[in-house]
Amino acid sequence: MTVARRPRLGKVVRHLLLLPFLVFALFPFYHMTLTSLKQDRELYDRYAVPLLIKQGPTLEHYSKLLWETEFLTWTQNSLLVAFLATGASVVLGTIAAYALARMKFFGVATFGTGIFVTYLVPTSLLFLPLAQVINWVGLGDSKWALVLTYPTFLVPFCTWLLIGYFRTVPKEVEECAMVDGATRIQALWRIVLPMAVPGLVCAALFAFTLSWNEFIYALTFTSSSEQITASVGVTTELIRGDIYFWGSLMAGAVLGSVPIVILYVFFLDYYVSGLTAGAIK
Amino acid sequence: MAVRADEINVPRGRPRGRARLSGWLDREAILGPAFVTPALLLLLLLVAYPFVMALYFSLSNAFIGRPSQFIGITNFVKLWDSDAFRQTFQNSFVFTGIAVVFKVVLGICLALLLNEQLWFKRMIRGAVLLPWVIPTALSTLGWWWMFNSLYSVVNWTGMATGLMDPPGPNWLGQKYYAMAAVIIVNVWRGLPFFAITILAGLVAIPKELYEAAEADGANANARFWHITLPLLKPVLAVVVLFSTIFTFSDFNIVYILTHGGPINSTHLFATLSRMVGIDTGRIGEGAAISLYLFPLLVFVVWAQLRFVRKQAF
Repeated sequence: MTVARRPRLGKVVRHLLLLPFLVFALFPFYHMTLTSLKQDRELYDRYAVPLLIKQGPTLEHYSKLLWETEFLTWTQNSLLVAFLATGASVVLGTIAAYALARMKFFGVATFGTGIFVTYLVPTSLLFLPLAQVINWVGLGDSKWALVLTYPTFLVPFCTWLLIGYFRTVPKEVEECAMVDGATRIQALWRIVLPMAVPGLVCAALFAFTLSWNEFIYALTFTSSSEQITASVGVTTELIRGDIYFWGSLMAGAVLGSVPIVILYVFFLDYYVSGLTAGAIK
Repeated sequence: MAVRADEINVPRGRPRGRARLSGWLDREAILGPAFVTPALLLLLLLVAYPFVMALYFSLSNAFIGRPSQFIGITNFVKLWDSDAFRQTFQNSFVFTGIAVVFKVVLGICLALLLNEQLWFKRMIRGAVLLPWVIPTALSTLGWWWMFNSLYSVVNWTGMATGLMDPPGPNWLGQKYYAMAAVIIVNVWRGLPFFAITILAGLVAIPKELYEAAEADGANANARFWHITLPLLKPVLAVVVLFSTIFTFSDFNIVYILTHGGPINSTHLFATLSRMVGIDTGRIGEGAAISLYLFPLLVFVVWAQLRFVRKQAF
């Protein structure tokens, strides 16, 4: 019973065991940030210690990224696409989820299963034919193609997530409102939605994150510098031939992650609950 | 309430437009379909229709900017004669198999640790989840730099600690190391999903079971194998099924880290399909490659619906 007598020791051991996991999870970010702040002289010195900055930090790579590339345009595109796709998907997902969670009508079970199935369809299965569809509707090489296509994976996700939340709102509350003369839509708008706000926040956060992180559609459907998103811009435009500008590349990777990190810091608990809800519900 | 009879009977004829509309919208048989129609249209036009197109493309000699002809299953047959495709086929299973096993084992370990009393619990959870939230394309760039042939920090650390002989492996230039590298990055990125989801499963296991087992003299090891693991099974099944399909269809990591090289040794269906379908323009063949993801997708969907969500709706 040594462990029970010394609970503090057990706690220290646990933290020590966690340490490798934490290093594994965080080191790439540390190293990316560090590289982005290093002077070229130190960066390309094979005998320098790569884990530290010894010759003083510099913002040179960041200023290069911001003023000599189209990075700000790419970020704007990412923001535009992510906001619009998220907005549309949350609205469509909300009404679909409400119908699936609460109503009985012809085909409801089939549609529910259909939503679940499309939730599992990987984007890499459909990008080739979708690229043709995009060309036919005249959105080739346009960020609007992304606004149009991102909801194809966001709507199933939001719907699936929100069905779970709507089921936690007691039916009686809604029925009371309707007995008092509210229509179904009023009951949804005034009673159910306010009670499902955590779910809506969660759906919006995830939809935004998934749009911001999406890569294969963005890479395939857009190509010109005015239309691409941050991920695509950093990975394609900053790599020219065999000469890599590692400092600016890492600066781009860091800055391109900033919007998500900000959301993440403020809404950590929503991310945790959404992640588990999405898979387990 | 005293209501005069004639007031109730006023709307004799057809109800006014607005009233009729709201009456209609209160009926589930009308409002339900109305609510799902937008989502349904979207999925029909941009998921179901492209999928049918993918099927047609795979049976045609479609080439960018040229009318296509139906050629039967020629694409699928021809793929089996191509070394690149056979290599890709093998890679996909090696990549998915190893990555998922690592994610399950490490995920369980990490979840068990996170389930204990910890200092800074919330911060630790936040740190663990971080790789999953950051755009994969961008974080993979960081790994690309870490595996760089000249300046690899992984090799530097290995040599500094005496674990590697100088100059250390050329991670992205050698066959097996390249595969190891893409697997490491995939595990890195997927581990948070496993850990956090399994943690949710652990939290749901009633404490009384452990107390009873402890009273019966079961040690920590026995408690894990006889209580924790069996009760985690449903959660593990969901996580593994989800992860299998998304690992199998992975694109970002390989595309950025190795572009499928060296000599196709890390190509997955998604990356090969893009190379053939977009870079060389042979859409038909590219579509046929990506359709190899389909059987696994069908299996995962079937397993999820059959075992996991017995009451789908």
